[in-house]
Amino acid sequence: MAGVEVRGLSTVYPNGVRAVDGLDLEIADGEFFALLGPSGCGKTTLLRTIAGLEQAAEGSVHIGQRNVSRLEPGKRRVAMVFQDYALFPHMTVVENVAYPLRVRGVSRTEREATAERTTGSLSLAGLSARRPAQLSGGQQQRVALARAVAAGGELLLLDEPLSNLDARLRLEARTFLKKLQRELGVTTIFVTHDQAEALALADRIAVMDAGRIRQLGTPREIFHRPASTFVANFIGSTPMNLVDATVADGAVEFAGGRFGVPGMPDGPVVLGVRPEYLTLHATPQDGAVTGTVAIVENLGVSSLVTVECDGGVSLGATVPEGTEPDVAATVHAVPEPGRLLVYAADTGDLLDAAVVP
Amino acid sequence: MTPAWILRRIGFYVLITVVMAFFAIPMLWLATAPFDSDPRLGLHWPDWSLAGVRATFGHPYALGSLANSLVLCTVTAALTCVMAALAAYALSRVRIPGRDALLYLLLLLSSVVTGTAAMVPIFILMTQLRLIDSQFGTALVLTGGLLPAAIFILKDFMDAVPRSYEESARVFGASPGQVLRHVVLPVARPGLATIVVWAFVNAWGNFLVPYLLLRRIEGQPAAVVMKTLQDEGGSANLTVIPVFSLLYSIPVVVLYLLVSRRYGFRFHGGIKS
Repeated sequence: MAGVEVRGLSTVYPNGVRAVDGLDLEIADGEFFALLGPSGCGKTTLLRTIAGLEQAAEGSVHIGQRNVSRLEPGKRRVAMVFQDYALFPHMTVVENVAYPLRVRGVSRTEREATAERTTGSLSLAGLSARRPAQLSGGQQQRVALARAVAAGGELLLLDEPLSNLDARLRLEARTFLKKLQRELGVTTIFVTHDQAEALALADRIAVMDAGRIRQLGTPREIFHRPASTFVANFIGSTPMNLVDATVADGAVEFAGGRFGVPGMPDGPVVLGVRPEYLTLHATPQDGAVTGTVAIVENLGVSSLVTVECDGGVSLGATVPEGTEPDVAATVHAVPEPGRLLVYAADTGDLLDAAVVP
Repeated sequence: MTPAWILRRIGFYVLITVVMAFFAIPMLWLATAPFDSDPRLGLHWPDWSLAGVRATFGHPYALGSLANSLVLCTVTAALTCVMAALAAYALSRVRIPGRDALLYLLLLLSSVVTGTAAMVPIFILMTQLRLIDSQFGTALVLTGGLLPAAIFILKDFMDAVPRSYEESARVFGASPGQVLRHVVLPVARPGLATIVVWAFVNAWGNFLVPYLLLRRIEGQPAAVVMKTLQDEGGSANLTVIPVFSLLYSIPVVVLYLLVSRRYGFRFHGGIKS
């Protein structure tokens, strides 16, 4: 087992694109770490550079205490699961799982015993003689995991491990993956573009954009206090409300609501609040934002209410089932204390949380 | 069911029958003439006899030429397959400027290499290399002619092998040779089987190259010896030709059946991606 340390890492493609751009990252031993970002943000390239499949232009990668920057992928003691699983179609499940051991010259009986044991523990017993084409998507994914486990590396790399599964199976596989990682205790880095997956699985998340890390933190930190409007937009299954506002005399006013921002200079800002942290009241409240209900969308246990405020701004708010307001009713939205965030209008960086009366 | 419709159907079936007869009659000849006591060029009900078979097996060069053909074609098919596989893999994976232009140019020139136009220079080249009357030398020339098209076909198969397979094997520590042997070649196996059959059949039917490069009749393959099966007057030796033709056609059919059953174009399913 080993931690990972990435220092000043840059990966440049032949066409000059800096997919990873001077990136520093430390991952603790045994941590389940997510690289999250939109497509093209460099997260997969970073993973591939750690694996050694891409050559780093600058910087270094350490696994444990070893500098592996110049090592071949096979010498880095990492195991990887590819997005398409990359199971060899001409080999059976057992042969696939035993392949890393075959390369190392382990005898056939010994490696097949290991493979049988590994597949058994990943609920694949009875499928050993099948070929990948005869397996379901979920089974293929577990075979790919079993192969990575059998390889016994110090670091497990997963490239979008759940994206090829259908929605229901994905939830099941997600739980399975988290359990497996806990049992193995192996340092794991996984790449995903699905923020829900990252929030659910990871101990820590790095949100990436344009080859750099925009925010690094626990799922809770990232969900509660996105460090920039980019991260705020990206995280959360219902998008965060982001509205333009102006600071004047240490307070920011918006659609009838007035919130204190002590010590902040006057000027334009962006206010952000998650729909989950807005409470709707039928009667006027102190410091509430007032508007009319435009749309009510049922999300199952809750509903997403779109409130239209003065100045043509819409706010989303989630309300528990049974308490949905009528369409066209006037409502008063109150943000929870500490959950109304103020971002700089130009850079999009988080400045502070506004004081809610 | 108007009369016009019926007439059209009748016309259609007559046409089909004529076309089928066109292809079937030579096959019927090949099936009956070898076992006829008096084989002629026309098709007739045979007078069953094994005289033709005995004559053919007693012929000084008939069986030897078939063995020569087998050696020549096996060497050619093996050389073509190995060299084309390596070249196609490299061309598929390495970025070379003008790679596609190179491939098309090779393909264009390949018809020249074993074509009639290049025979004189090839003959001179082989004479200087002292490879006249050598099975191996002849196989080399045949391979040279087949390679561009083989590389072209195999490159498509190599392109279809997902890179993640190779990368996966590399992460687990496989050397480039192991990646090729364990992953790429087995996955591209239908393509390799295609090339083996295609190269073998091409070499089996090639007349000009062995005719020019193999001067001794003991070394000549079946396609060349077939031409010598005539009497002094120049008319075909019809006691030997039918049986010889039948024997000549068997290996190609057997090879095709074997390869298509053993390495057949089996479907390797994947997953959506």
